[in-house]
Amino acid sequence: MATEFVARGADLELVGIRKEFPGFTAIDHLDLKIPAGEFFALLGPSGCGKTTTLRLVAGLEEPTTGQILIGGKDVTDTKAYQRPVNTVFQSYALFPHMSVLENVAFGLRQRKIDDVLAKAQKSLDLVELGHLAQRRPAQLSGGQQQRVALARALVNRPSLLLLDEPLGALDLKLRRQMQIELKAIQMEVGLTFLHVTHDQEEAMDMADTVAVMNKGHIEQMGSPEKLYDRPKTVFVSKFLGQSNLFVGKAQSHNESTVSIEVAGSKISVPKTRAEKHDGTIAIGVRPEKAFFHEEQPKLSSDHNLIGPGEIIDIRFTGVSNQYLIEIPNLGNVTVFAQNIGKSPVIELGAKVWVSWKVEHSFGLSDLPESVSELEPVA
Amino acid sequence: MAIAAFGHATGSGHKPSTPGKKSAKVAILLLAPGLMYLVIFFVAPLVSLVITSLQTVDYTTGFAVYSYGFEIANYVNVVSQYGEQIGRSFIYAFFATIAALLISYPLAYFIGVKARRYPLLQALMLTLVIAPFFISFLLRTFAWKQIFSNESWIVTTLQSIGVLASDQYLVGTPFLVIFGLTYNFIPFMTLPLYTSLERLDIRYLEAGADLYANPRKVFRKVTIPLSMPGIVSGTLLTFIPIAGDYVNASGLFLGSTQTAMLGNVVESKFLKSYDYPTASALSVILMGAIMLLVTFYVRRSGTDDLL
Repeated sequence: MATEFVARGADLELVGIRKEFPGFTAIDHLDLKIPAGEFFALLGPSGCGKTTTLRLVAGLEEPTTGQILIGGKDVTDTKAYQRPVNTVFQSYALFPHMSVLENVAFGLRQRKIDDVLAKAQKSLDLVELGHLAQRRPAQLSGGQQQRVALARALVNRPSLLLLDEPLGALDLKLRRQMQIELKAIQMEVGLTFLHVTHDQEEAMDMADTVAVMNKGHIEQMGSPEKLYDRPKTVFVSKFLGQSNLFVGKAQSHNESTVSIEVAGSKISVPKTRAEKHDGTIAIGVRPEKAFFHEEQPKLSSDHNLIGPGEIIDIRFTGVSNQYLIEIPNLGNVTVFAQNIGKSPVIELGAKVWVSWKVEHSFGLSDLPESVSELEPVA
Repeated sequence: MAIAAFGHATGSGHKPSTPGKKSAKVAILLLAPGLMYLVIFFVAPLVSLVITSLQTVDYTTGFAVYSYGFEIANYVNVVSQYGEQIGRSFIYAFFATIAALLISYPLAYFIGVKARRYPLLQALMLTLVIAPFFISFLLRTFAWKQIFSNESWIVTTLQSIGVLASDQYLVGTPFLVIFGLTYNFIPFMTLPLYTSLERLDIRYLEAGADLYANPRKVFRKVTIPLSMPGIVSGTLLTFIPIAGDYVNASGLFLGSTQTAMLGNVVESKFLKSYDYPTASALSVILMGAIMLLVTFYVRRSGTDDLL
């Protein structure tokens, strides 16, 4: 069924985009290039400008300055209905006065394509809703509406498909299922997908490339693995997963590492994994990369060791236990320990040391705003 | 709500002391004032009207003497005698409704959609729409008569530029009657349209644009169908009273004997020649015709699932 759709995704390029609304700037300065056929996710908290970016690409907003190119063609001055782009809206926006089939056929009708109803029906079959073609949107469940919205966009074979948090309204199980289906459809039809979401798991799970947006600009962009392994800013380190951050003055750098001294402990990071090598810097580590020890371990210099501290909170989350350890003069550190059969003998109030491999540290380009930021986000 | 409770109770009537029985009593009690009002002020006068419409009248004594009967001929007579006025009523009502719709839709769209972000402007404009009601209907209509009177600068200007011949005037023409009807009933069109457009979700319009529909197509295929409930109630709320109006078309106001509508005939029959049967028959015809038109219209517009 899906072979009906020809792979003809186009690349998208945003050049120096700036968007001002009365009273605030939604997008500061945005340069972005998405290669054809890629699944690209714009990830960020609400109000970061990601939906505005999407609306600019769709033509529903006009940029204050900058250019939008689709497939190398400047479309900045064209209207929404003139662009080879379709959107799956957050609210789905299915026309309530039309049947499901007519909803899907709407785009084809506007472009005077023949065999409209047959094509629409095929597209509905693709999302396994062919049998509901004559229903009204209001008679469908949220998940079904979402798939109709997807079919309504895909049937037009756009060069670029925009997804505006389309899974936001679904429950967890359905969401998971739709994520898999979406990804499968994207692989089959080979379109360029621009997916806007605030759900980091969804972004990492589905996208080839993720751009983390904050306050109207892109903080960092790259593959999900790279973003998670080497966040470059405090924001990224905390928005994408959790992080323990330590701040100190950079010193004693040998050939390959930079170190800071915090509460009597030396914390090092490989130079290749640090954004800044001098001045006051922040070094972080992911909670699942850290271990704790009930006795002070003897470790070689390829490990960072801090402590001792006291376990002040233990949370059972199923696959892992999350320990919150308070270390004097340093703050709280989170450690995840997998539940792999060894029942934790460790208890609240226990005295522990925390260690991790130097190569798992990452050095950030900026600093947490306040001391309270030292505490890991839960 | 009360009806539902009532229906439920009759369904489970075989169990005496169920809560359903009790709620049925409550429902009847709550409905009673409304039902009584309807019976006294609607059903009874309606029956009386129909009976009157079938009476015969005798003027030979110098007074109008009515006798009960079953004079179907009354209906035949009014249709043949006043067919012109009946037809005129509906034609004027049709044009005035269309004119009111064409003027009100952009206005309601502006207040309900474009001004959505400015609640103060919205409130101000709505007040302006209703503001004419603060002044008497008769006074306002009479003011238009003054404005368009034969000596007014508007008429003399129109005459001098040749739109009107030197012996042509505006007062008494169908044009001015339709103008007056449109003017007087515009708020009844604007308000339902506004309520409907105010709820219009802009995201549907954006979805239309995203699916390659240009603004004109979006308007035709999305905006109009979604505001259909407003269009239907607006046109009904203007068409029905306009068809029965007797002020604008009267010679005292904007009309003349050449523009007399059904309402003017009813008025003169009831209040001047005391020919109650003829007046009643005309009223029944007007009511029946409107009911027929409305039923057909609502069915045709197919707004049941949007209302």
